[in-house]
Amino acid sequence: MTTVNTEPLLRVEDLKVRFYTLRGVVHALERVRFTLNRQETLGLAGETGCGKSVTARSVLRLIDPPGRIISGRILFEGRDLLTLDEATMRTIRGSQISMIMQEPKMSLNPVIRVGDQIAETLLIHERSLNRRTARARAVDMLAQLGIPDPARVARRYPHELSGGMAQRVMIAMMLVTRPKLLIADEPTSALDVTIQAQILELMKKLVREIETSVLMITHDLGVMAETCDRVAVMYAGEMVETGPVRSVLKNPQHPYTRGLLQTVPDKANPEHPLYSIRGNVPSLLQPPTGCRFAPRCEYAMQRCHEELPPYYHLEGDHQCACFLHAEKAEVARP
Amino acid sequence: MSTTRVIDKAEARRRRREARVQYLRDSFVLWRRNHLMVVGTAILVFLLLVAAFAPLIATHDPYAQTLADRLQPPSMQHFFGTDSLGRDIYSRVIYGSRVTLAIAFLVAVISTPLGMAIGVVSGYFGRATDEILMRLSDIFLAFPKLILAIAFAAALGPGVENAIVAIAVANWPSYARLARAETLAVRNNDYIQVIRSMGASNLRIMVGHITPMCLSSIIVRLSLDMGTIILTAAGLGFLGLGAQPPMPEWGLMVSDGRQFLVDQWWVSTLPGVAILIVVMGFNLVGDGIRDILDPHQRQS
Repeated sequence: MTTVNTEPLLRVEDLKVRFYTLRGVVHALERVRFTLNRQETLGLAGETGCGKSVTARSVLRLIDPPGRIISGRILFEGRDLLTLDEATMRTIRGSQISMIMQEPKMSLNPVIRVGDQIAETLLIHERSLNRRTARARAVDMLAQLGIPDPARVARRYPHELSGGMAQRVMIAMMLVTRPKLLIADEPTSALDVTIQAQILELMKKLVREIETSVLMITHDLGVMAETCDRVAVMYAGEMVETGPVRSVLKNPQHPYTRGLLQTVPDKANPEHPLYSIRGNVPSLLQPPTGCRFAPRCEYAMQRCHEELPPYYHLEGDHQCACFLHAEKAEVARP
Repeated sequence: MSTTRVIDKAEARRRRREARVQYLRDSFVLWRRNHLMVVGTAILVFLLLVAAFAPLIATHDPYAQTLADRLQPPSMQHFFGTDSLGRDIYSRVIYGSRVTLAIAFLVAVISTPLGMAIGVVSGYFGRATDEILMRLSDIFLAFPKLILAIAFAAALGPGVENAIVAIAVANWPSYARLARAETLAVRNNDYIQVIRSMGASNLRIMVGHITPMCLSSIIVRLSLDMGTIILTAAGLGFLGLGAQPPMPEWGLMVSDGRQFLVDQWWVSTLPGVAILIVVMGFNLVGDGIRDILDPHQRQS
């Protein structure tokens, strides 16, 4: 079949996640939808607490109680992950979809040698593999990452590694099984700026070699511009805008995206005061009805406070959930 | 790499070995500085030697009765005197060390894995599982261990094997509590989430990543509990619920001598002193181990 390859690798449709806490129901994700094509890098942008990580964890179905995925579909290669049983899900985690977390040093078990930790991913998914071969493949993977003397690094404990080295080990751990999708949850935000670029370069290179798609979560717009093909912008549990990275960064259509881009300090004009979006992020315990950004939006109209804007289809695979486009654009089909 | 100086392989290995040697040396210094622990260690080493070489050290057959020589006071012939059946108390105390060690070892082997498994499962799954298992352990913890062991031993019937089971069953909740506490501390670490995101099953996470983290505190706790275990075993023997005659078990021997306590004090007292010394030895070592493993002690 030739249609298989044009079908998106991951398609999230109207994902809704809630957390039932003692203080009330947290509407963590309300309407999240995005598509990730094969061998493409999609950036998930938004400020802290907007639901980027919850989205990532939902894809792996790692939302723990009191959190629950209420509705929506997560289609991975056409298969809805939300309908699978836990045992099948386990075979997908780590082998088809891997996730790199923010804090490399916290992500490694402090009392196990890093080589053995990389090997463990292999051992989980390949029953026939013995420990010795798995270790050898772990060392190969480290070598592929360009780590000098990989055999020695494999015998180290996490506390003996620098942050950058630990993140390299994490990347090795996640890519050693050659997953089809790599979720990177702010992979560089815990690292020095000088190391960040190296790690991103490395990820880009490996992702090309292994032909993996990447869901890159970041609040760093610079990182996003560097690494992503397309971006999805989230605000308070809602997907507000998606589109090709150039189009979104150069020509943002949602007032929130525009505000977000204005907060980037201007190097050419250092005296210029930093921009900030007025108001606060709404409480997800009682999210506003209608558009969640409406209370802070300069362009808010009456209907913004009353009804949830649909996604409007704009030029060039660009979608935006804002009534400002109601007259010019067509409503996108879900 | 962030290292400013290039360290070659041999140099790195040498440094690591040095660090390990340094750790052991520090431990040794701490051990030496803790005089009570040195005493405790000496007692335990002595106990092990006695148990290992019991046939060589004993002067008589511990089971041989010489009714003509009953209730003899300590003498060169019978170091600790003889009991009401004319058995040599010294030889019986020597052989009794084997019984005591066997009981302590078996109780430890049964109760710690049981407690650890229950504690880790409870802490890892949380919610209803935790609630059920911990309330169950509360029921056990509500009674003094000896009382509980007596109840179980009585229900199972007298005998050493049943006494071991009874003590193990009375002991597991404290290990379960400890393992649960450690699990709760480890469970939400990022690396547990990471290993889960790689597709590891709950069993794999519990066995491979959580249980090892519980081990050190369980070992410390067990070393502190050893004395109590031995005391409970002796108590059961004394009450007739543990070891049965003619087994040379210290608690049983103390019990045998009760009726002669006023005139033939040695029959009860000397096995009692053996219990006292061994329990003290275990407690001193247990305390010492806790202190040595305490990182704060290492600072000074």
